[in-house]
Amino acid sequence: MNTPTDPPLPAPLPTPQAPNIDCLRDLTRKDFQTKQEVRWCPGCGDYAILTQIQKLLPTLGIPRERFVFVSGIGCSSRFPYYINTFGFHGIHGRAPAIAMGVKAANPDLSVWVVTGDGDGLSIGTNHLIHCLRRNIDINILLFNNRIYGLTKGQYSPTSEFGKVTKSSPLGTIEHPVRPIQMALAAEATFVARTVAADPAHMAQTLEAAARHKGASFIEILQNCRVFNDGTFDQVNQRKNVDDRIILEHGKPVRFGPNGSRGVVVRNMQPEIVEIAPATTDVPGLLVHDERADSPALAALLAALEPPQFPTALGVFRAREEPTYEEMMVQQIEAYQARRGPGDLRRLFASGATWQID
Amino acid sequence: MNHASTKELVQVSQSTVRFAGDSGDGMQLVGNQFAELCSMMGNVICSLPDFPSEIRAPAGSLAGVSGYQLSFGGQDVTTPGDAPYALAAMNPAALKVNLKELQPGGIVMVNEDEFTPANLAKAAYAVSPLDDGSLDGYRVIAVPMSRLTEDATLNSGLSPSERKRCKNFFALGLVMWLYDRPMQPVLEWLMRKFQKNPAVMAANGASVRAGYNYANTTELFRVHYQVARASLPRGTYRRVNGNEAAAMGCIAGAAKCERLLVYAGYPITPASEILQELSKRKEFGVRMIQAEDEIAACCAAIGAAFAGAVAVTATSGPGLALKIEAMGLAVMTELPLVIINVQRAGPSTGMPTKTEQADLLMALYGRPGESPAVVLAAATPKDCFHMAFEAVRLATKYMTPVILLSDSFLANSAEPFAVPDPERLPNLRVEPPASPEGFAPYRRNPQTLARPWAVPGMKGFEHRIGGLEKEDVTGTVTYDADNHRRMVDLRARKIAQIANDIKPAEVVGATSGRLLVVGWGSTHGAISAAVSQLVQEGHQVGHLHLRHLNPMPANLAEVISKFDRILVPENNAGQLSVILRSRFGTHIESLNKVEGRPFLVREIRAAMEGILSREHAN
Repeated sequence: MNTPTDPPLPAPLPTPQAPNIDCLRDLTRKDFQTKQEVRWCPGCGDYAILTQIQKLLPTLGIPRERFVFVSGIGCSSRFPYYINTFGFHGIHGRAPAIAMGVKAANPDLSVWVVTGDGDGLSIGTNHLIHCLRRNIDINILLFNNRIYGLTKGQYSPTSEFGKVTKSSPLGTIEHPVRPIQMALAAEATFVARTVAADPAHMAQTLEAAARHKGASFIEILQNCRVFNDGTFDQVNQRKNVDDRIILEHGKPVRFGPNGSRGVVVRNMQPEIVEIAPATTDVPGLLVHDERADSPALAALLAALEPPQFPTALGVFRAREEPTYEEMMVQQIEAYQARRGPGDLRRLFASGATWQID
Repeated sequence: MNHASTKELVQVSQSTVRFAGDSGDGMQLVGNQFAELCSMMGNVICSLPDFPSEIRAPAGSLAGVSGYQLSFGGQDVTTPGDAPYALAAMNPAALKVNLKELQPGGIVMVNEDEFTPANLAKAAYAVSPLDDGSLDGYRVIAVPMSRLTEDATLNSGLSPSERKRCKNFFALGLVMWLYDRPMQPVLEWLMRKFQKNPAVMAANGASVRAGYNYANTTELFRVHYQVARASLPRGTYRRVNGNEAAAMGCIAGAAKCERLLVYAGYPITPASEILQELSKRKEFGVRMIQAEDEIAACCAAIGAAFAGAVAVTATSGPGLALKIEAMGLAVMTELPLVIINVQRAGPSTGMPTKTEQADLLMALYGRPGESPAVVLAAATPKDCFHMAFEAVRLATKYMTPVILLSDSFLANSAEPFAVPDPERLPNLRVEPPASPEGFAPYRRNPQTLARPWAVPGMKGFEHRIGGLEKEDVTGTVTYDADNHRRMVDLRARKIAQIANDIKPAEVVGATSGRLLVVGWGSTHGAISAAVSQLVQEGHQVGHLHLRHLNPMPANLAEVISKFDRILVPENNAGQLSVILRSRFGTHIESLNKVEGRPFLVREIRAAMEGILSREHAN
C-alpha cells in the first residue's frame, strides 16, 4: 500500500504542450531552417530532400519541438544539423537503435531517421531490419546514391555488380542489397521508393510516410554529383515513361506512353505486356494492393529493374499494425491497473524477509 | 524413544556447507533454500553457486557438476568460506570435483546409490572411493538417498523416476538436521512454491522429512551443530544477489530522479538477470528494450537519455567491448548513461560462468580519444544496490556515462540486505533548464560543469548534438584547434572534480602502520576477513576498498602515504596495481588470482603475512 510519505513515483517526462493550432499555422519552411551553413556538394540530391522535408513538417500539425531527427554517419547523416528541430547525429549505422530509445522514452515525439546506403545497409543493416520488424513509429529516410560519398568514392552495398570505383578498380564482385525487398522481408508496415529529382513525387511519398502510424521506410534514389554522377538518370525524368512505373493503390500496374504497357506474372515471373489502346480487360494484369497481407507481390514489383524492366516508384506496402511503443506502454498500463503503481518499499522487501529485533 | 537425546549438539561460530550434484539434480534449489533458512534463523550468510556453462552436461560427468556453497554464522562471515566443513555429494563426479576443497576431517554425505560402476567410470574412479580408504581423513556418511527417497515418497502419486528426483530434498533434510534447522519454514515454502502441483509438493516434503529423520535416528550421525546467530542492527532483512540488488538500485535511482527508467539490454551471462529483473518491474513503468545486439542496447539507452529518461544498459566483458563506440558518443554528447558491466573470465568468450575483475582498464581507458567517464565498483552483492543508485546520481547530476563494475561472483552470490527506507534515500532530481532565453546545449553549470538536460518536447530548446566535436557553449560543430583543446580539458575536469562529491577513502582496521590492503569489487569479503583476523592478532594493518575508481577519492594519496607497504589483491593480472603504482609509487605490491574463482581468505592472509614477516626481517 502506498503511504502518503512514500517517495513520488517516476513522473512522466515533461509533457509537450498541446498543439496550438493558431501557432502551427504560422510554422513555415523557414522555421525548420538552421543557421548552420549547408555543406553538401553543389548539385547533391540531398538539397532537394532537405527542402521537401522543410516544406512538409509545418503541414503535419505537430509542434516543432516534438520533432527529432536522428542520423548515423555519412553525407546524408549531416541532415539533422540543417533542420531546426531536436536532432541527434549518432554513430555509423546506429541511428535506428538510437531512435528506438528516443521513441521508447517518449512515444509522443515524431521521430525521423536519416541514413544512407552505406550507413543503413552495410554497417547498420541489423538495426534497420529490427527497427522495421518491431514496427516502431519512426520514419526512416534512406538516401540511396549507390556509393560511399563522405569517404570519397568506394563502392557501397547498393552499387551495381561489376561497378568500377576507387575500391573496386576492376569492378565489384558483390551483388547489391535491394533495400525495398529487405524492408519487405522484415514485413515493414510502410515501404516506399521515390526519387530526389522528382520533387512532386517525393513530396507525396514523404507525406504518406509521415502520416503512417508505424515504421515507415522510404528509399530515396539520389544522385551523387561527385562520385556517382548520373546513377539514376533513367528514373529521374518524368518524361522517361518507359523507365518508371508509378504505383498507385488499387490501380493496374501500367507504364509507358499512355499506359500502353503493363506487368503480368507468368510462372511466378514478371513479364511486360503491351496493352492495345482502349483495352479494358488485360488478363493477368497486376493490380497494386499496398494493403495486401503478403508482401510477396510488392517484393516482385520492387525487384523490377533496368535494363529489362522499368523501376517502380511509390508506396509498395502500407498497413496499420500496432506499434512497438504503443504495446510497450499498454503492457505497462495494464499491469499497473491490475497491480497498482510501483512502491519502492514493497520492491525492497519483495521475496522472503525476516525481522531482527 | 527420543533419538535426539543420544546425540551431541555442539556450538560453533560459523560453518560452511556445499551441496554438489549433477546440473539437473536441483542443487541450486536446495542450496538456496538452506541459505534462506539460515538467514531467517539470524545468521549472516554468504553464498556462492558454481555451475557449468552447459545447461545440462552429460549426467554423471565431471563437467556436469553443479555446486552451491554457503557460509553462515555471525557477523564475521564475509565470504562463502575458504573450505566447506560439510559436503553433500549426490554422485561420484560431485565427490571427485569437490573433495579436494573440503576441510580435513570434514563431513562427506554421499548418495551411495549413485556409486555404480557406470557412474564411477564417468568420474574416472578405478575403485569406489567409498571402499579404497581414500576418504579416511573425513567423516564419511554413505546414505542410499535415492532408495530412501523413493520409499518415502511412495504415496505421492508420482512415478518412480519422478520420485527419485526428489533426492535433493532428502539431502537438504540431512543437512538441516546436521545444523539443527527447523522444518516448518521449508514445508511452508514448498506449499507456496508447488501450490499448483500438490503431488510434487507432497513428495518433496516427504523427502526432506525423511532425510531429517534419517539423520536423527541412524547411528551414522552422532554430532550436530548449532551455528551462532549474528547480532545485526534491528530491521527488516531479505537476501539479495548482486544482480537483483543492481536492478533495484536502478529503479530506486530513477524514482528518486522522478524520471522514467528505460533499460536496454541484450542477454549475456552473467548479466541477463538484470534484464529479467527489470522486465518484471512494469509497476514502476520500466520501459525494457531487449535489443538486437549490445551496440543497439547502448545506443537505445543513449536515445532514451537524449529524450530525458534515466537510461541503463547492462552487459559483461564481450558486450562492453561492443558498446565502446557508443559509450564514446555518450561522452561526447554528455548524456547520462549507466552501463553495468558484470565481469566474467576473459579474454573473448572466456569462461562465461566464472568470475574475474579484468575489465577495469577497459572501463577506464577503453575508448577512442580522450574519453573520460565515471567508473564505479560494487564491493558486495548488496552494495550493488547502493552503487547502482550512486551511478544514477552521478550520471544525471554530471551528465556523463557511468560504468558500474560488478562481476559474476557478486551477481550470483547472496547476502542479507537490510531493507532500506525509501524516504531516507536522497532525492536525485535534476532540474531541466528553466527558460529558452540564453539556452545553449553546452552552456555548463558553473559548479558541476554539467550541460543542461533539455529534452525533445521542450518548446524553444530545439538543438542538435552528436559525435562531432562541439564548440564550447554553443555546441556547434567545429574543428577549431583551441576549442578542441578546451573541450578535451573541460570533459576531463568535469569528471575529475566529481572527486569532491564522493565519499572520502576510509580505512578499516589500523589507519596507519605497516600494511594497507587496497581492493576493489568483489574481493571485499576475503580482504576484510583477512585484515580483521590480523588486526585481532595485533598487527597494524588496514583495509581500504575503492568503490569509486574514476575519479578516485580526493584523500587517497594521503591515506596511502600513512602505510609502509601497500598490497593490492585482484582477480586479474594487476590492473589497479598499475594505476596505483603510476600515481603513488613503487611500494605497491600485487596479489593476483586469475582462476575464475574468488580469493580465499587464507590466500590474502598468507600474502599479508609474507609482507609483514619480510618487513620485520628488514
